[in-house]
Amino acid sequence: MGKDELITALYESLGESCVTAPDVAHVEIHGNEVLGIHLVPGLEIEAQERRDGIEVEIRVLAGARIEQPVRICFGLIPESGVQRIGMQTRLEAGARIAILASCTFPNAIDILHAMNAEIEVGPGAEYLYLERHVHGREGGVRLVPKTKATLAEDARLRTDFELLRGKAGDIDIDYEATCRARSVLEMAARISGRGRDRIRIHEHAHLAGEHARGVLTTSIAVREQAEAEIKNTLIASAAHARGHVDCKEIVQDQAVAHAIPIVEVRHPKAHVTHEAAIGSVDSKQLETLMSRGLDEDQATDLIIEGLLSPAYRGR
Amino acid sequence: MQSMDETPATSVSHPILEIDDLVLDMGEKRVLDHLTLEFWPGHVHAVIGPNGAGKTTLAATIMGLAGYTQFSGDIRFGGESLRGLGVDQRAARGITLAWQEPARYEGLTIRSFIGAGARDRSEAALADVLARVGLDPAQYLDRAVDRTLSGGERKRVELASILAIEPRLVLMDEPDSGIDVEALNRIFDAIKHLKARGATVLLITHSLAVLRQADHAFLICSGKLMKKGLVGKIEEFFGDACLPCSHQNEPEPGKRDRDLRSVAEDGQ
Ligand SMILES: Nc1ncnc2c1ncn2[C@@H]1O[C@H](COP(=O)(O)OP(=O)(O)OP(=O)(O)O)[C@@H](O)[C@H]1O
Ligand SMILES: [Mg+2]
Repeated sequence: MGKDELITALYESLGESCVTAPDVAHVEIHGNEVLGIHLVPGLEIEAQERRDGIEVEIRVLAGARIEQPVRICFGLIPESGVQRIGMQTRLEAGARIAILASCTFPNAIDILHAMNAEIEVGPGAEYLYLERHVHGREGGVRLVPKTKATLAEDARLRTDFELLRGKAGDIDIDYEATCRARSVLEMAARISGRGRDRIRIHEHAHLAGEHARGVLTTSIAVREQAEAEIKNTLIASAAHARGHVDCKEIVQDQAVAHAIPIVEVRHPKAHVTHEAAIGSVDSKQLETLMSRGLDEDQATDLIIEGLLSPAYRGR
Repeated sequence: MQSMDETPATSVSHPILEIDDLVLDMGEKRVLDHLTLEFWPGHVHAVIGPNGAGKTTLAATIMGLAGYTQFSGDIRFGGESLRGLGVDQRAARGITLAWQEPARYEGLTIRSFIGAGARDRSEAALADVLARVGLDPAQYLDRAVDRTLSGGERKRVELASILAIEPRLVLMDEPDSGIDVEALNRIFDAIKHLKARGATVLLITHSLAVLRQADHAFLICSGKLMKKGLVGKIEEFFGDACLPCSHQNEPEPGKRDRDLRSVAEDGQ
């Protein structure tokens, strides 16, 4: 396939068409090859092709406010292969950007996708990063996303990881963040697993500055023989730091879920809470939908769809 | 779900729902005690009774909710016994229930909730049922059916979803609880709309205002049928004998039995 055909195939697998608007920055990466790149003022992206992946450097210049969400599309159309992404993102002071990253492996049978990301959000800067995965029906993807983030004073970072279409495969998420004074961190993951999917999420955030705030939210639905393990840690070590850890797991069939929220407070004026709910779908919710004519599976799907929907921002 | 205009012609002269000598125990407690009731197609019936009378239990048993399937006697809908049928199978026959305290759903929009099971999922149809219960579709369709809805809003969304599925039998458990005066009239209009579409409505209540929406009523107390008949008659009796209730809240056993017996005899 030529580059243009590959770009089309990547977007098609996401159920979308190619980005053409001139004010929308976008990058398309297939395997270790940069297929397309389009930038807007204030945004710099450099990509280096490696043997089995790519190194990307993203820089948002001081004070630049990128209006339109930037589209990054990673993927592999073939059934097998390796894609290792190294991604360094730096937002300078007062910059603002939203990135919508799509990772698509529509035909995966044996694919490894490893992501090593480093994020620096400068003073007063604001970064929204949504990573959406679309996998094939067969699974066959091993995902190893690792992220290390630092939030400077007054910075904001929101990350969303979403895997709702196709089989999850084997996921091993490892996110870490350090938050300086008055910064705000939100990390959310929404994953639906079935078959023999294995989902591991370890998030670790340190509220190190005064008035720093952090929320780690994980919503998982596992069915059939899928397994999920969530271990989210939130440490607060400065006055008026406030945090919350929230794990919701819905378990159906023979699936198994573990949730281990760890909260640690190292300052008498800091405050951290946690909430973990693991269980089946609520019977009253189920029976209500069934009394409207849905069968049990349809009702369960709808309840889970709601729970994992991005519109729901929790408390 | 069968449409209302497919109601068999015979049902005009036969009850749509028959509760036949129904007995249901919860642990040690007899909650429904040899209840025999008949409901007629296209009628609005009220089941009225004080707190703890067994009204919600009756609705749950007709709907077939988990925990309410072990009973003696029978429940027939359109002549067919409902025994052994699941909630969705009963819904497929046209039965539905509006909960006294409806469930909340994180992230599920009112659009999806009302659309579930709706006959017509078009934007216009969903907007129409919301407007019928007095909620502005532009403001509400994309909101979640979660904790952010007030109690009254949630009850109205429940009723809108029931209008959308065009049922044959609606069990409404305390449709007025948490509803303000203005919205109450919308709810009453919705009940009239259901009736006009040929549905049978079973209003569960202890409020006289709701009772007055019915054509016919049953008074139940401690799981027993006390009286049945036209609404005016039941209203008068309920007002005299049940407001205030003469035997609730741990009465002396002898007095309670005497009261119940005299009421029951009067009700024959
Ligand atoms: N699971 C249960 N275990 C034991 N007792 C129960 C159970 N469920 C209901 N009951 C009892 O059965 C009786 C009837 O309850 P039900 O909820 O049907 O009353 P109700 O008429 O709907 O009252 P209200 O007007 O307060 O809604 C009550 O005394 C209640 O305490
Ligand atoms: Mg009740």
